[in-house]
Amino acid sequence: MTVKLSAQAETKVEEYKKLYPNVRSAIMPALYIAQEELGSITADAITWVAEKIGIAPVQVMEVATFYTMYYKKPVGKYHVQVCRTLSCALMGGRAITECVKKRLGTAPHEVSPDGQWSYEEVECLGSCGTGPMCQINDHFFENLTPEKLLQIMDRIEKEQPDLRFSAVRDALGEGLKGYPKSEVI
Amino acid sequence: MGQHRQILLKNVHCTDQHTIAGYESRGGYSVIRKVLNMEPAKVTEEVIKSGLRGRGGAGFPTGKKWTFIPKGTDKPVYLVNNADESEPGTFKDRVLLERDPHLCIEGMMICAFAVGARFACIYIRGEYAYPYQRVRQAIRECYAKDYLGKNIFGSNVSLDLVIHRGAGAYICGEETALLESLEGKKGQPRLKPPFFPAIRGLYDSPTVVNNTETLAALVWILENGGEAYAQIGTAKSTGTKLFSVSGHVNKPGVYEVEMGYPMMQFLEEECGGIREGRKLKGVMPGGSSFAILTAEEVAKATLDYESISGLDRTAHLGSGGFMVVDDHTDIVEVALNFAHFYAHESCGQCTPCREGGHWVQKIIQRIARGEGLAGDIELIDSICSQVQGHTICAFGEALSWPAQAFIRKFPADFKARIREAMEGRVQHRVPLNYEFQAAH
Ligand SMILES: Cc1cc2nc3c(=O)[nH]c(=O)nc-3n(C[C@H](O)[C@H](O)[C@H](O)COP(=O)(O)O)c2cc1C
Ligand code: FES
Repeated sequence: MTVKLSAQAETKVEEYKKLYPNVRSAIMPALYIAQEELGSITADAITWVAEKIGIAPVQVMEVATFYTMYYKKPVGKYHVQVCRTLSCALMGGRAITECVKKRLGTAPHEVSPDGQWSYEEVECLGSCGTGPMCQINDHFFENLTPEKLLQIMDRIEKEQPDLRFSAVRDALGEGLKGYPKSEVI
Repeated sequence: MGQHRQILLKNVHCTDQHTIAGYESRGGYSVIRKVLNMEPAKVTEEVIKSGLRGRGGAGFPTGKKWTFIPKGTDKPVYLVNNADESEPGTFKDRVLLERDPHLCIEGMMICAFAVGARFACIYIRGEYAYPYQRVRQAIRECYAKDYLGKNIFGSNVSLDLVIHRGAGAYICGEETALLESLEGKKGQPRLKPPFFPAIRGLYDSPTVVNNTETLAALVWILENGGEAYAQIGTAKSTGTKLFSVSGHVNKPGVYEVEMGYPMMQFLEEECGGIREGRKLKGVMPGGSSFAILTAEEVAKATLDYESISGLDRTAHLGSGGFMVVDDHTDIVEVALNFAHFYAHESCGQCTPCREGGHWVQKIIQRIARGEGLAGDIELIDSICSQVQGHTICAFGEALSWPAQAFIRKFPADFKARIREAMEGRVQHRVPLNYEFQAAH
C-alpha cells in the first residue's frame, strides 16, 4: 500500500532526511509533517513515515506512541492544553482547567460535537513565570484568568485563525492578531 | 538592589538581537572568529580555567567533560545542545533561544571547534514553537553568510547545525534518552556505563551534550578569558547563573545573578518579595527534582552549588528553576502536584520508578482527599528509599528526594490531614490540583 500526502509534505520530508547523518533521525519530523496534514497519527501516517524513512511500520508506531505530542486519536481543530504543574497551579491553574471543562462540557481528550475543540491537562510548558497558561495548538497564551481565556476562545471561534505549528510566525500572537506578546522577562 | 553582571542577558532587551544584523552590531560572531585561530586544546583549557559547570541540572565541570572525548578517535564527534527544558519551574533557556538565538549558536560553534565536532544539533522541546522558529531562522541566516556549512568564516573548519524538535517527553532532557530520541527511537535512558556520551553518544560516536545556558556562557568566557569568569561568583561556583523565578512572588521572571548572592536578598529585592504581603513557606531553588528549602534554610542560603547542597544533601542549584511558595500553601497539595508529574513522566523502563511513582502519587492523593491512613508518611518515605539508587537514570532520585523532603520538612501539614481523616472530620481544603474524577 502506498500512501500519498501533499507534494509539499513529500518535499519537506526529503529535506529533513538530508539534514541528519542517519535518516532514521528524520522519523520525528516526518511524524509531525504527517500529523499536520492528517490531524493525528492515523494508520496512513504510520505507513507513510515508514515508507519515507525506509523502516518497518512497527518501529514508527513505537516512536509515535511514546511521545505525547503525536496524537493517536483525533483532536479538535483547536486543542487546548492547560498547564497543571506547580507554578501555574500556585497562580490559579485549577480555575483555568475548570473553566475550559465547563465551557466545552466534554471530558479531556474528547472532541466537541462540532469538531472545533478538545482539551487536556499537560505538564509544565516552560511558561511558569507567566502562569497560569495554556497552549492552543502551538501557541502559548499566558497570564490567564478564566475571563481572559473565555474571550480568547470566543475570538478563536469567530475568527478561525490557523494556530498550527507551521503558522507560528516571527511576531508572537500573529496567529491571533493583536494578541499581546508574552513577556517572560 | 544588587548589581549583577549581565553576561547572558546583556542584550535580550534589544528588539533586533534575534537577527544576525542586530547580533553582529553588538559584537556578535567576533569571538568565534578569534577562536578559529586558536588551538582547540587551548579553548578547552580556557573553559577549564573558567570553572564553568553545567547549567542543565547536574553542575558537572564543562571543560572536564570535553576532555573525555577520546583523543584521535576515527569516528565523527558530535555536539548536542540540550534545549529540552522540561524541568518544572524552568524557562530560562527559552529566553536565550527566543531572544538571543545567535548567542546560543556562537557558543555551539566554540564548543564544536574545541571538541572537533562537524555536526551539531539543538534538541528543543516540542512545545517551544516560537523559540524553534527564531532559532531556525537564525540558522538560515548563518548558512546564508557561510557562518555555517563548509569552511565557516573562511576557515578550514566545517560545521553543520540542525534544530530537532522533541515531542513532549520530560525524560528526553536526560542526555542518553535525548540521544535515543535524536536517533529516531523511544526516549529511554541508556544503561550505564559508559557514563558519558563522550565515550558512546549519538550513533555510537563520541558526543558532547551541554545545556543551552552552558553553551551560551562560552562566548563571554572566550572573549574575556577563563580567569576573568572565575573571578565572578564563588571559588567553586563561578560566573553567573540564570534563575527562572515563579510562584508566589511579586516579580516572577528570568534573572541573571552572580553566584554566591544571598538567596533571601534575591527573593526580597530582585523578585519583589512574597505577593500580598504574605510570609515565605519554602523555595525549590533548582527545579522540581530536588528538595525544598524551608524559610529558615533560605535565610541561610546563598545562590551557589555548595551552599544549597550544604544545607540539605538532596537540595541542589539544579536548573535554577526557582519556585516560591507562601505560608497559605498546603505542602500536601504541592507534593501531590509533583507526584502526579513524576508518575506521568516515568519512561516505564525501570520497575521501581514506573511503579513507585504511581504508589507515591496514590498515597499522597488519599492524604490530600482526607482519606489518609496511619503510617502513610512512613510508607511514602520507605517507597522513596527503595526507588532511589535503583534506576538507570537520575529520575529515581528526582521523584523521591523532593517527596521525602516534603514529609521531612513539613510533617505538620501531612499529619493534620491524616489526623482529620482518622477522626472522621475532613476540614475545608484549598486544592491546587483539579481532580477530574472527583468533579464528576
Ligand atoms: C530526568 C532528567 C531530566 C533532565 N532534563 C534536562 C533538561 O531538560 N535540560 C538539560 O539541559 N538537562 C537536563 N538533564 C541533565 C542532562 O542529563 C545533562 O546532564 C545535561 O544536559 C548536561 O549539560 P550540562 O553539563 O551543560 O548541564 C536532565 C537529567 C535528568 C536525569
Ligand atoms: S508550571 Fe505551568 S508552565 Fe511551568
